[in-house]
Amino acid sequence: MTRPSLDPSPLPKDALNGPALSLSGLRKAFADVVAVDGIDLDVQRGECFGLLGPNGAGKTTTIEICEGLTIPDAGIVSLLGLSWQTSAADLRQRIGVQLQETQFPEKLTIEEILRLFRSFFQRGISIEETIRMAQLEEKRRARVGTLSGGQKQRLAMACALVGDPDLLFLDEPTTGLDPQARRHLWDLVDQLRSAGRTIILTTHYMDEAEHLCDRVAIMDHGKIIALGTPQQLIASVGGDHVVEFAIGADPGKDMVDARLLTAIPGVRAHRVDAGLHQLSVVELHTTVPRIFSTLAEMGLKPSEFRTHSATLEDVFVGLTGRNLRDE
Amino acid sequence: MSSLSESSLYQLTSTRFRLFLREPEALFWVFVFPILLAVGLGIAFRNRPADVLAVGATSSQLTNALSGDKGLTAATMNQAEGTYELATGRILLLAIQGAGGVAYKYDDTNPDARLAGLLADRAIQRSAGQKEALHSSNDLVHETGARYIDFVVPGLLGMNLMGSAIWGLGFSIVEARQKKLLKRFVASPMPRWQYLASFLLTRLVLLVIEVLAFLGFSKLVFGVPFRGSLWQLGLLCVLTSLSLSSLGLLIASRAKTTEAVSGLMNLAMLPMWILSGIFFSATRFPKLIQPIVQALPLTAAIAALRGNMLQGMNLSQLGAPMAVLAAWLVVPFVISLRIFRWR
Repeated sequence: MTRPSLDPSPLPKDALNGPALSLSGLRKAFADVVAVDGIDLDVQRGECFGLLGPNGAGKTTTIEICEGLTIPDAGIVSLLGLSWQTSAADLRQRIGVQLQETQFPEKLTIEEILRLFRSFFQRGISIEETIRMAQLEEKRRARVGTLSGGQKQRLAMACALVGDPDLLFLDEPTTGLDPQARRHLWDLVDQLRSAGRTIILTTHYMDEAEHLCDRVAIMDHGKIIALGTPQQLIASVGGDHVVEFAIGADPGKDMVDARLLTAIPGVRAHRVDAGLHQLSVVELHTTVPRIFSTLAEMGLKPSEFRTHSATLEDVFVGLTGRNLRDE
Repeated sequence: MSSLSESSLYQLTSTRFRLFLREPEALFWVFVFPILLAVGLGIAFRNRPADVLAVGATSSQLTNALSGDKGLTAATMNQAEGTYELATGRILLLAIQGAGGVAYKYDDTNPDARLAGLLADRAIQRSAGQKEALHSSNDLVHETGARYIDFVVPGLLGMNLMGSAIWGLGFSIVEARQKKLLKRFVASPMPRWQYLASFLLTRLVLLVIEVLAFLGFSKLVFGVPFRGSLWQLGLLCVLTSLSLSSLGLLIASRAKTTEAVSGLMNLAMLPMWILSGIFFSATRFPKLIQPIVQALPLTAAIAALRGNMLQGMNLSQLGAPMAVLAAWLVVPFVISLRIFRWR
């Protein structure tokens, strides 16, 4: 995918280098709810950056502050070296935005909506190119009312792309989509990412963040509680694998001695969530037999036993003690 | 952006047009409904020829005398038949030939029968040789411009301009806000004034079609008069539409749901439907509330339209209603711009 060359508009020098997005000390409260509670963040150019967290973590407020739709109570926002206070008109031309709940008029066609959005931008890509990028060729003359959820979402993405943005914001791009449509949208983001676009997205799906993002910030209660590449974050849990087991009878729960379990070589951490024991484990093949023998020594027999590769979900659980999907 | 079709104002306006034309209900309310209403009222209040009253007489001599009056149609019958016809309402009066004169049999509590009595007596007296003591003649009024339909057409025009202006802006804007489309627009580089301007441009184009269709129909079918200048009438229509669009914008400036804005629009329009003199003169309301009645934009609009169409007044004679309309154009517009909720 080739991008048309940027027109050499006279921008301050630092606008062409430096981070694509820089936030410092960002704060925002609505009535008595603190939605964003002191966020510092740099996103580099060409990076696909994910804000991951449960609903209500402050992801949408954060991204809408970046998009210039919400004014923060405190903190500094800088996009492409520019601020909303001084360069709003310029920034609007240079960012692409996909909001969470936009419903386009049902009686307009994809082409008509894209032509409308294209008219707002001084530079950008052609309608044909946008339709091709969003893989909506077959539906270009279809009215919005006849589109599937995935197609509507791709249309929203196309509207964000039509101005050939330097910075693309996607707020929960796959929420509410069926697994196939999600995969389709992931492919699209993958393509944009490999074309070198800077993308900032929010999601509450850990697999999405893991799959799409170069770096991820995990948010909870308005704060960033972890930041790094998905691999770094997963490694921070202390093991590549997670072993989960449950002890059948209730009285047995108290008899599990966590110290004995964490003493097993290869076990890095232990926690209990709703009767389910979780161990972070480095090497499955040597550690699992030891777990079984340790449990047998305690006189316990697991009623369930399974393992999986560690994911960002485990990172979130490890940090907050809660599951992402519970929210 | 070189060509017109790529400009955002053009795109916004043509989008508004498409959305309007793809909404069959809107087409009905704007174009068809006012014509149907004019047809209905035209039929209900049409000027019927004066009724001819049926009477009976017991001799052919009397029948001839009665038939001499244009307002009566007479038949000969015997007294028994006549009494039966009277009882069944097929005749209003029976003239009975007596030895020394005529006796009239009718129900004096029925106004038509009383009228038949007067006409029958006059006809029979005349045929018996009575002379007029004083010459009199009738000058009958069936002139266009003084009929109810002539009065009501400018009223309906005003009502239609109000409905399409307020609905056209109010509903569409709030729907876009509810569906987060407004928020999506302000996240793009769209110039905000162009979004509002696209509504006004669409309104002005539709106005031409709407006014031509309705007034053209009224002229062709009812022969409604246009005594004032046509370009001034057009100007009054534009002023009316813009004033009420400004009110529609104000109504739509904060509401978050289409349900809420529908309520607000009806709340704003209801007093005008009643008070502004669409179907009868607004001056019929008590003196006490006249200041309110006269300050309503629709009252001013209809007064100006009637002044132009029925009385042939020019703009300089319509200063007062035009000032009211101008105030309704400026004040709500300024307030709306300040309080408009873009997300």
